Amino acid sequence: MTDTTTMTGPLALRAPSARLWVVMLLAVLLLALPPAAKALGEPFYISLVSRVLVFALAAMSLDLILGYGGLVCFGHAMFMGVGAYVVGILAHHGVEETLLFGLLPGTDSGWIAWPLAMLCAGLLALAVGYISLRTQGIYFIMITLAFAQMAYFFFVSLRAYGGDDGLSLAARSTFSDLVSLRDKTSFYYVALGVLIAVGLLLWRVTNSRFGMVLQGARANERRMAHIGFPVFRYRLVAFTLAGAIAGLAGALLANQANFVSPAMMHWTRSGEIIVMVILGGMGSLVGPVVGAFVFLLLEEVLSGWTEHWQAVFGPMLLLVVIYARQGLYGLLPVREGK
Amino acid sequence: MSAMLIAEQTLNGLQLGTMLFLMAAGLTLVFGIMNLINLAHGSLYMLGAYFAATLFRLTGSFLLAGAGAFVGVLALGMLLELAVLRRFYARDHLDQVLATFGLILFFNEMARIVWGPQAVFMPLPDALEGTVTLIPGAPYPLYRLVTIGVGLVVAVALYLLISRTRAGMLIRAGASNRTMVEALGVNIRVLYTAVFGLGAALAALAGTMAGPLLSVQVGMGDGVLILTLVVIVIGGIGSIRGAFIAALLVGLSDTFGRMLLPAAVSEMTIYILMAAILYWRPQGLFPAHD
Repeated sequence: MTDTTTMTGPLALRAPSARLWVVMLLAVLLLALPPAAKALGEPFYISLVSRVLVFALAAMSLDLILGYGGLVCFGHAMFMGVGAYVVGILAHHGVEETLLFGLLPGTDSGWIAWPLAMLCAGLLALAVGYISLRTQGIYFIMITLAFAQMAYFFFVSLRAYGGDDGLSLAARSTFSDLVSLRDKTSFYYVALGVLIAVGLLLWRVTNSRFGMVLQGARANERRMAHIGFPVFRYRLVAFTLAGAIAGLAGALLANQANFVSPAMMHWTRSGEIIVMVILGGMGSLVGPVVGAFVFLLLEEVLSGWTEHWQAVFGPMLLLVVIYARQGLYGLLPVREGK
Repeated sequence: MSAMLIAEQTLNGLQLGTMLFLMAAGLTLVFGIMNLINLAHGSLYMLGAYFAATLFRLTGSFLLAGAGAFVGVLALGMLLELAVLRRFYARDHLDQVLATFGLILFFNEMARIVWGPQAVFMPLPDALEGTVTLIPGAPYPLYRLVTIGVGLVVAVALYLLISRTRAGMLIRAGASNRTMVEALGVNIRVLYTAVFGLGAALAALAGTMAGPLLSVQVGMGDGVLILTLVVIVIGGIGSIRGAFIAALLVGLSDTFGRMLLPAAVSEMTIYILMAAILYWRPQGLFPAHD
């Protein structure tokens, strides 16, 4: 591992093209997976990778603030959970034909529920960000963690929607008969489509003036402020956008798992999403996707091998942090170039 | 009746607060001096409880069990510092959070392998069973009073250690300027290892005292860790005085929150308290470094 890291210097010029190859290879593999899995008689892989795609979306949104913004948010699972609960609660009222807050009818239409999930998660992120972004460093990590704990306990205490036990999704989201999410392959392609669309959006965002200001503030906040950029506002917008996208990931997760519960926003889950970003390589959009893949597939493989997989995974994580700080995607171009 | 209830709840709050202080003292020292955020602190608490429960069953002596857990986790903490965490002092907080998150997974799983998934029962020591009547008509469990006492004794001992001894002087000096302390000929690495070990041992003491009150099980450190983080953030990271005041504040507000507020809000009391305090003072109540 040590000699590959020393080679990054001379190969850095070639890195973009090598990375492009990785992205294209990844895209082709993802598109071809469902037919391939069916041909191999292993449809289980479709649901497994669907789950990976959903977490890849969440990890990508976290990377906008973590990798590009340099803000270590330790509560990202909260936004995911809120998105999932919006879908779950609306479907619950839709099927029971009761009114939400005695006012609004429920629905299982994804056209309404998914944007609403993004809106609620985004508004929550706006409020949380408004308070949290005043603090820095370790205090920011802790205050985002505190808000996530509040959200966790709030949903635990929501007896009407299952409390601690969670809520089975009464009906999967529908999209006017266009696509049925009940079908695993359809869900897979919907998740992949959303991931690619959000990936392209974030690619535009991170390469725009807005993205440059965000990265500039990570490198030197004081200098950006003196140039005249309102750093706080830029960060707040990024935080809100990341929260909204995580809410969308939550809406997908609710449909994938067919279930919502407070466990979705437990603090260890926030930690896992950070691990995905770091594992894959932060400050890139493909890195979090790679990280989600490696994390969840490793979990699958190790847990099939031993029920005590975390005893192996913990030290592995430690080694990655010590020796492969740039993440796996950061190592990839070198391997591709060989 | 109502006054008695308030007195009883105050004692409960103090008991939670002093327990949290035992945890927070180590965590805030390690952060203040080595600039290391150690999420695995909760695992050391859990291991302390497991060690104590096992030794108590084997020897039948609560004192021996507590001492064994204290020394065992002291050694384990120093080993952990020497082998792993020392590398992370100069790294950024994100790396520290990830590495120690990995350690939590490891320790939780090891505890599950060694002690099994079921909770281990730790009985009350015979000598500390029963109740005391401090306030007429409101008997209070003796063991809980003893835990408050242990917490207060540790607080006083730490205060004396840090403000009155040479080691304490070095600790304070190391927190304000580590390069200068090293230049003056102090072996700062040994000091770091000792401070980490002391923090770990205090977490084990908290685990030992909590053993008979809570169930000793895998993951018991995780919830306490979050509460402790809230305490040190409210108190101002690196400040022992801040940790003590914040621990009592958190202990009391959590206890009274549960008594007075509806269930949906009561679980959130301390997090609301923390968010409010950080909004008002982004560096906590007693910032150690200005």
